[in-house]
Amino acid sequence: MTWRQGGAYALLGPSGCGKTTLLNLISGIVTPSRGQILFDGKDITPLSTQKRNIAQVFQFPVIYDTMTVGQNLAFPLKNRGVAKADVDARVRQIADLLDLTPYLKRKATRLTADAKQKISLGRGLVRSDVAAVLFDEPLTVIDPELKWQLRSKLKALHRELDLTMIYVTHDQTEALTFADTVVVMHDGRVVQSGTPAELFDKPAHTFVGYFIGSPGMNIVPAEVSGHEARIDGHVIGLRRNYGVLPAGKKIEIGVRPEFVDIAAPASGLLSAAIERIDDLGRIQFARVRVGDTKFAARVPPGFSISGNAAGLIFNPEHIHVYADSHLVEGVA
Amino acid sequence: MDKTVNQKAWFLVLPVFLVVAFSAILPLMTVVNYSMQDTFGNNQFFWNGVGWFKELLDPSTDLGGRFLASLGRNLFFSAVILAIEVPLGIVVALSMPREGWSVAACLVILALPLLIPWNVVGTIWQIFGRPDIGLLGYVLNSVGINYNYVSNDVDAWITVIVMDVWHWTSLVALLCYAGLKSIPDAYYQAAQIDGASRWAVFKAIQLPKMHRVLLIAVLLRFMDSFMIYTEPFVVTGGGPGNSTTFISIELVKIALGQFDLGKAAALSLVYNLIILIVCWVFYTVMTNAGADRPAKEGAA
Repeated sequence: MTWRQGGAYALLGPSGCGKTTLLNLISGIVTPSRGQILFDGKDITPLSTQKRNIAQVFQFPVIYDTMTVGQNLAFPLKNRGVAKADVDARVRQIADLLDLTPYLKRKATRLTADAKQKISLGRGLVRSDVAAVLFDEPLTVIDPELKWQLRSKLKALHRELDLTMIYVTHDQTEALTFADTVVVMHDGRVVQSGTPAELFDKPAHTFVGYFIGSPGMNIVPAEVSGHEARIDGHVIGLRRNYGVLPAGKKIEIGVRPEFVDIAAPASGLLSAAIERIDDLGRIQFARVRVGDTKFAARVPPGFSISGNAAGLIFNPEHIHVYADSHLVEGVA
Repeated sequence: MDKTVNQKAWFLVLPVFLVVAFSAILPLMTVVNYSMQDTFGNNQFFWNGVGWFKELLDPSTDLGGRFLASLGRNLFFSAVILAIEVPLGIVVALSMPREGWSVAACLVILALPLLIPWNVVGTIWQIFGRPDIGLLGYVLNSVGINYNYVSNDVDAWITVIVMDVWHWTSLVALLCYAGLKSIPDAYYQAAQIDGASRWAVFKAIQLPKMHRVLLIAVLLRFMDSFMIYTEPFVVTGGGPGNSTTFISIELVKIALGQFDLGKAAALSLVYNLIILIVCWVFYTVMTNAGADRPAKEGAA
C-alpha cells in the first residue's frame, strides 16, 4: 500500500475491520509484529510516535484542560521548540481557518463538544511539516448539520495546506465526499483502493460492491462461460469474454441496481417477483426476488405494473463476474 | 384538590430523631452547659457566663496562652505533613504500574498502613525510635546521629511527622492513583502525537485531571491531621515539655487531668468551630472549582 504526499485518503470499512489499527500502526501507537512502514523510503517501523512526525486526531476530543484554546493549538509546536513568532503566526492561521479566532483567549474546557473537536482538529493541522495527518472518525461527536460544514472545511484545508490526510470512517458518504482515494477494508485486509468512481463502477471484491452504494450491488450465484451467464437456466449476455472459469470456485455475477431496469414480464427477460418499491425521491428502486436471491432494480420513469410478476433488463456493460468474491477480468 | 392528611411521617422520623438526640444533640448541649459554668467537684456548679471563652481568646491568661500555642503547633503540623504527603503521594501514584498482577500487589502494600489502628501505629514508632531497643533509634545513634525523641524537641517533631507520613501518604497515593486511572488512553496518545515531554504530560494532562481527587485528599488530610491525638500521645505524650502538645492533647489534660470541665468545654467548642469553618471553606472551594459551569455557545 502506498500513500502519496499531498493525497486525501479515506479508510472505509465496517466497525472492527482494522481501520483504527492500521491508523495506529502508521502513527506508532501500535507496533506491528511483522511488516514495515516506510516514510519517504525510510523504515520508521521501530521509531516512537514522537519521532515519526505524524499528527493524529482522535474520535473524541482531547483537550488540555488548563490551557486556553490558543495554548492548546500551540502545544504541538511548542513541544518541538518552534520559535514563538512562528508559533503565533501558525496558530492564528489555523484558528482563522477553523473559525476559532474569537475563542483563542478562552479556556478550552468551557466550550461545547463541537468546538473542542475543532481544537483537536486544529492541533492535528497546526504543524506544517508533518508526514501525514490521521483522522480517526473525528466527526462522530459532531451534530449532523455541522458535520457537513466541517467535512467540507477539512477538504478545503487539505487543498490549502498541502498535507497528506488519512481519514478513517465507516460512513461511505463521509469517505466518498472527503477523499481522492478511498481504501476499503474488510476483515483486516485492504480489499480495494481507488477513486470513488472506480469503487462504484468496478468493485474488485463483492464486499466493496455491497458496502459502497445505496442500495449495494446485487450479487447472484451464476454459471459463467464465454459471453454468457446463466441464472436458474436463464441466459444473460455479457460484454466481455470470460472463457472457461476454474472449477470449484464460487462464481457470482454482480450488477449495481442502477444498471438493472425492471419491466413487464416477457419471455426474453429474467423473471422476478416484486416485494416492494422504495421511493428515494429522485429515483425509485424495486426490491425483488429472483428465485431465492434478493435483488434491487431501478424503476424506469413512468413504469407501472399490476401484480407482482416482473422481468429484469440488464445493462451488460456493467455486469461483473466474481470468483470466490474476487473480480475476474474478462477479455473484451 | 383533596389532600389526605397523614401524619405517619413524623412517626417514621422519630427513631432517627431519638438516635441523633442521644448521640449528638444532648452531649453537645451538655458541653455547652459546662462551658458556661465552673465546678469545684462534688457536682457543685457555679455560673460563669462567657468567662471561659474570654479567657480562651486572651493569650495573656494561662488557658489562652496554652490554646494559642497548641493551635500554632497544630497548624504547623498540618502544613508540614500536607507539604510532604501530597507531592509524595502524587509521585508514588505516578510510579505505580498501570496494569498486570503488580497493581494488586501495590494496592495491598499501600493499604497496609491505613489498616493499622492509631494507637498501634503510635506504639510501633515509639518502640522503633527508642535509642536503647528500637531499630531506628539504635541505628541512628550508633552511626553517630544523636537522636532521642524523649529529650529533644526537634527529634520528637521529626518522629511525629515521619510517623504521620508513613501512616497516611498511602491515602493520598491511592486517591491520586484512582484519578490517574480515570484518564482515557486517548489523552496519552494525543500527547505522544503532540510530542509532549514527560513533564508536559504531567502538567497538561495528569495534574489537571487529578485536581478533584487532590482537593479531597488535601481536605481529608487537613481535617485528620488537625484532629490528631492518639499517635503523638502514645509516642511523646505531648513532650518533651509541651513541644508536641496539640490542641486535642491539651484538651484531655485540662478536662481529665485538671478536671476543669468548664475550660475544657469552652476549648472543645472553639476547637469544633475551627474544624467546622475550615471544613466549610474547603467544601466551598472544592465545589466551586469542580462545578461544570454551563457550556457557552460553541464556536460554530
